[in-house]
Amino acid sequence: MSDEKTLSRRTLMKLGLLLNGLVAIAIATPIVGYLLSPVKRKGAYKSWVSLGPLETFPESQTRLVDFENPSTNPWDGQTAKAACWVRHQQGDKFQVFAINCAHLGCPVRWFPQSGLFMCPCHGGVYYEDGSRASGPPERGLFEYAYKIEDGQLHIDAGQMPTLSNEAMLGKGKSPCAG
Amino acid sequence: MRWLKQVYDWVERRVQLEGPIKDAVLHPVPRNTASWWYVFGSASFTLLFLQIATGILLAIVYVPSAGNAWNSLDLLNHHLTLGWFLRAMHGWGSNFMVAVVLIHMAQVFLFGAYKFPRELTWILGVFLLLMTLGMAFTGQVLRFDQDAYWGLGIGASILSRVPLIGGQLVHMMLGGPIIAGATLSRFFAIHVFIIPGTMLIFVALHVWMVLKLGINDWPMPGRIVRRETYMQEYHDLTKKDGVPFVPDAFWKDLLFSGMIMLAVAICAVWFGPYGPSGQPDPTIIQTAPKPDFFFLWLYAVLSYLPPSLETPFILIVPVVAIALLVALPFIAGQGEKSWHRRPVAVLSVTILAVGWAVLTHLATFTPWSPEMEAWSGDPVPAKMVQRATPLERQGAVVFQAKQCRNCHQLGGTGGQRGPALDAVAARLTEDQLIRQVIQGGGNMPAYGNNLSPAEVTALVHFLDTLHPPDEQRARDASQQALETADPPKSPAGQR
Repeated sequence: MSDEKTLSRRTLMKLGLLLNGLVAIAIATPIVGYLLSPVKRKGAYKSWVSLGPLETFPESQTRLVDFENPSTNPWDGQTAKAACWVRHQQGDKFQVFAINCAHLGCPVRWFPQSGLFMCPCHGGVYYEDGSRASGPPERGLFEYAYKIEDGQLHIDAGQMPTLSNEAMLGKGKSPCAG
Repeated sequence: MRWLKQVYDWVERRVQLEGPIKDAVLHPVPRNTASWWYVFGSASFTLLFLQIATGILLAIVYVPSAGNAWNSLDLLNHHLTLGWFLRAMHGWGSNFMVAVVLIHMAQVFLFGAYKFPRELTWILGVFLLLMTLGMAFTGQVLRFDQDAYWGLGIGASILSRVPLIGGQLVHMMLGGPIIAGATLSRFFAIHVFIIPGTMLIFVALHVWMVLKLGINDWPMPGRIVRRETYMQEYHDLTKKDGVPFVPDAFWKDLLFSGMIMLAVAICAVWFGPYGPSGQPDPTIIQTAPKPDFFFLWLYAVLSYLPPSLETPFILIVPVVAIALLVALPFIAGQGEKSWHRRPVAVLSVTILAVGWAVLTHLATFTPWSPEMEAWSGDPVPAKMVQRATPLERQGAVVFQAKQCRNCHQLGGTGGQRGPALDAVAARLTEDQLIRQVIQGGGNMPAYGNNLSPAEVTALVHFLDTLHPPDEQRARDASQQALETADPPKSPAGQR
């Protein structure tokens, strides 16, 4: 008699645990989706951003240009902004480089006299066409795809360029840079 | 005072904590553990609570919003009574905590305390160290300034190197496609809720096990740890030669913790709070981001790794290192505890400490980085061109205008990225100089596209004058042969 009772209590206990487990899974599974919401499919964050009229980029010069990221929140403050290096080669040939070093993302600076981009963090150096010159980076600067519309220079931007999304950024690059 | 006793009894009858607390406080510990070497664990504990207290006081003012965090820190620093002091206490408390936790770990390792039966205490300790470092890093992020912004960029760039899911991990870390408001919010949650909550649980377990298993006895050469006998031996030791934890051992913990707190306060008053440095504006690129003190060694490692080794190194070494630390008590759970009989242990700690110190020292002056602040090249010292020909002087001008001194020292001024050039003519022949300037190599960019042939000629003629008076210019064999074939005209060492 008492044996039966223990058994049934145990079964009830198991039932209770099972019910709680099921409820927990039912509630928690969608929450994983909440946590993963920043992960979007390739290119979802990107769109064309205008950098201004072509006249603001004199030929054979490299200039720093600020722009506003396409997707931002009102509380982003200054971090909603981004910057890039625009190199106007000639005519409608441009190169638009991310300021983020291809090594670990620090902001590279352009030194017109020596014709080099230099990174202040770990000593990465790039030539004026963005190709790697020396230091720890394993590749050249990241490039934004660009187009010219209504006399304005547009770039395809919206996410921090890193080695994992380099392929999407390197489209405009000619195979034999130099 | 009778009413006090009555209140005490009333509460005690209900909570019944007197017994367990007395047990914990008065439990016997081996006499030789009442040592100044055993004070670092309790000091870490004290510092954790200092960090919690100061952290809460800061959190009632701090605004975890990308647009306003910097302003709220500025307010704390300059407009609130003692706001600067609390920030300084929290910042210095963090430094001291990392330092004391590391010392605690080294001491525990050298004293063999991770061996049976304290394996799990050690493993929890490993994770407590990782969480302490995690707190230091995320704390640096909450000080939302330029260093924090670009530090996040470095973190994201490292994550992006993970194969297959790198991109997704970056978006998870940043809370979106860029470093912005969402990034700060999640780092706030990590720094204020996730890590401290976990830490408190781990610390509670860690201390609980120290109480249950007893403080590690002072290691004696020849006293071998065996699973079968250790518990009995330890028990006998505490019986034969034990003292109550409080006060015999505890007074040293108390005194040391007090001194550490005083040291934190003195540093806070003397050196003040950390930053914030410039505003976290990604369009202000005139910045040389640098991590806080305890991550400087990593900064140096990332600069010196060859590109091909970098990704494997960043992704594999931390995993292996953590796995080794966790596995340690299982690999060496028995045997000698004394450092006198464990040369490999002593050597490992020494190598790690020296390596850490050297890398940290290097990172304070970053010899791998070009001199970024020079708006143009420093002028070539006048005495170097006093007897120069017009062509050589032209070369000195090229040297200056092309910012060669961003990377090369001359007369003790300039970057340390490349070698100092005061004696370059004694090392490289004229042809080698031309090749080096035009083609670069050995970490130097090629200047062939940037310099006209005339500029290269002038530059190399100038560089070829740079050799110590008592050393000859480097010449190749053919040049030498020419000179010896016609000895009277050109004595060695002159142009």
